[in-house]
Amino acid sequence: MTPTPRKPRLAVWKFASCDGCQLSLLDCEDELLDIAAAIDIAYFPEAARGVIRGRYDLSLVEGSVTTAHDAERIRDIRARSRVLVTIGACATAGGIQALRNFADVRDYAAAVYPDPAHIDTLATSTPIADHVPVDFELRGCPVSKRQLVETIAAHLAGRRPVVPAHSVCIECKLRGLTCVMVARGTPCLGPVTQAGCGAICPAHDRGCYGCFGPMETPNAAALAERARELGLGQDELRRAFRSFNAAAPAFREESERHDDQNDQG
Amino acid sequence: MEPEDRVIVAIAGLNALIGALDRDGYRVLGPTVRDGVIACGDISGVDELPAGWSDEQDGGRYRLTRSGAETIFGFTSGAQAWKRFLHPPRQRLWRATRDGDRVRVHAEPAPDERFAFIGVRACDLHAIAIQDRVLTEGAYPDPFYTARRKELFIVAVNCARAGGTCFCTSMGTGPAATSGFDIALTELPGEGGSSFVAQAGSPRGAALLRDVADRPATAEECAAAEAIVARTAASMGRAMPDHDLRALLLDNPDHPRWDDVADRCLTCGNCTMVCPTCFCTTTEDSADLSGTESTRTQRWESCFTMDFSYIHGGSVRASSRARYRQWMTHKLATWIDQFGTSGCVGCGRCITWCPVGIDITEEVAAIAQG
Repeated sequence: MTPTPRKPRLAVWKFASCDGCQLSLLDCEDELLDIAAAIDIAYFPEAARGVIRGRYDLSLVEGSVTTAHDAERIRDIRARSRVLVTIGACATAGGIQALRNFADVRDYAAAVYPDPAHIDTLATSTPIADHVPVDFELRGCPVSKRQLVETIAAHLAGRRPVVPAHSVCIECKLRGLTCVMVARGTPCLGPVTQAGCGAICPAHDRGCYGCFGPMETPNAAALAERARELGLGQDELRRAFRSFNAAAPAFREESERHDDQNDQG
Repeated sequence: MEPEDRVIVAIAGLNALIGALDRDGYRVLGPTVRDGVIACGDISGVDELPAGWSDEQDGGRYRLTRSGAETIFGFTSGAQAWKRFLHPPRQRLWRATRDGDRVRVHAEPAPDERFAFIGVRACDLHAIAIQDRVLTEGAYPDPFYTARRKELFIVAVNCARAGGTCFCTSMGTGPAATSGFDIALTELPGEGGSSFVAQAGSPRGAALLRDVADRPATAEECAAAEAIVARTAASMGRAMPDHDLRALLLDNPDHPRWDDVADRCLTCGNCTMVCPTCFCTTTEDSADLSGTESTRTQRWESCFTMDFSYIHGGSVRASSRARYRQWMTHKLATWIDQFGTSGCVGCGRCITWCPVGIDITEEVAAIAQG
């Protein structure tokens, strides 16, 4: 009798983040038992007490690197992971905490903590891929539950996950939603943002906030020009591109174009 | 068709027509007001049609307005093309299941839904005819489109006004419905409500018209209907430049205008999604976590995505310049080589629904200027 093949080992790691993406995994109520049946959840402190030391077949990494200690820790995790997938805007772009990249983090620490001398932090918040090679990225703030299950299922089957890098507009049109920008004049980041959320905000009559970060070939300057025609001012344009994915290059460059010293409008 | 074949159908008659189609087992779809636009949806009577509504359209702009009249079809191109129903955004192709070592493939059955479209405009009749050539002819017809198309019943409506982004007259595709319908209507506004000059385009249409028509149309009514369509033809919001578009575009692959439009183009894909003739699809495979069931699904794809032209090693059309040029050159030039007609019907949706208002007629005009 042949021995039962070992189930793949999954680890879920946390860096600087809010835990929301890990919660998306726990939120997979209908699929959680199937996931647990197909893989050994070897390390997932958010969900389980047991810890299996050693190597992992699939590591899901949430959060960005904001301390020297974490910059070391991600190298160790990479060395012990066969496949490493980053999940969420923090891990893929630095997250909302990358707003420090546009300011002096010591000012923030002084404003927040009574005794900032005890805060040991880096000047920037950076995505995991700035530190180690990453095999696949799942965008979003938070990630989409559907894309997370799809990525795990694809990993188990040894196939490419269906996670298109095209615009949110295509999701809107597949769903038959009305374009809020064309029909209402509501500025929307959908044309420059990667699909994956299912076009949640346009479905509720709001413009896209860009939670999934830049799509594959974003033309942020052209969209910003149109948003300006629709009435957005310089501050609003800067803030639109400087949120959950502020440090993603295409959004960072566009927000910097609307900094006080650079704005042409 | 001769004037003596034309009949008058009252609002009640149109309502009876919708009821008759419903009783015959059709899923009746027509224009409805939804989410601030005119969109195709299920209807069960004339009350659900957008009486009193009109629209304003321009590059990157659509607004629903009150028309000030109680006409039912006083609007222009709707937000969606009818391809949504005949060639839907997602279509399952097959499933496979595994039972131990045995894998079984389950073919997707042909759809048995029968559609009746109410209010198809001339541009969209031409678009359906174009998709017929693409999807039902040649070596690899699409069995799902073909099955839905075979059962389709079309009630066309001649346009009583032209929208701001309409240019069917210059494409030779409208505004009069000349073929490809079962019944065609022209709305005549009247003090007691609209009536319709109707003509049949098929035996099925003629049989239904006999049941719902009031009486033969008078010569005056026929002339009034023709005058309405002539007025529409003369008031197009846009015009495609009068050129040999095929030669113009094939002779200008390196025109500087392609760089200019690339600066503005978002490569978001909206133009291809709303175009009534764009037919491209990709396939997506999904499998459950236990590996016992997998599905292959066809999904609308756009030539503006990087995946579209991905072959081993990368995407062939990496720049947005190359992708916009591909879309427009295929639509207006190489489509003719491939399918015998232009791929553009002048509905104007790509202009209206482009978030930054890129105008295909303006781009052609700029290239034509040399």
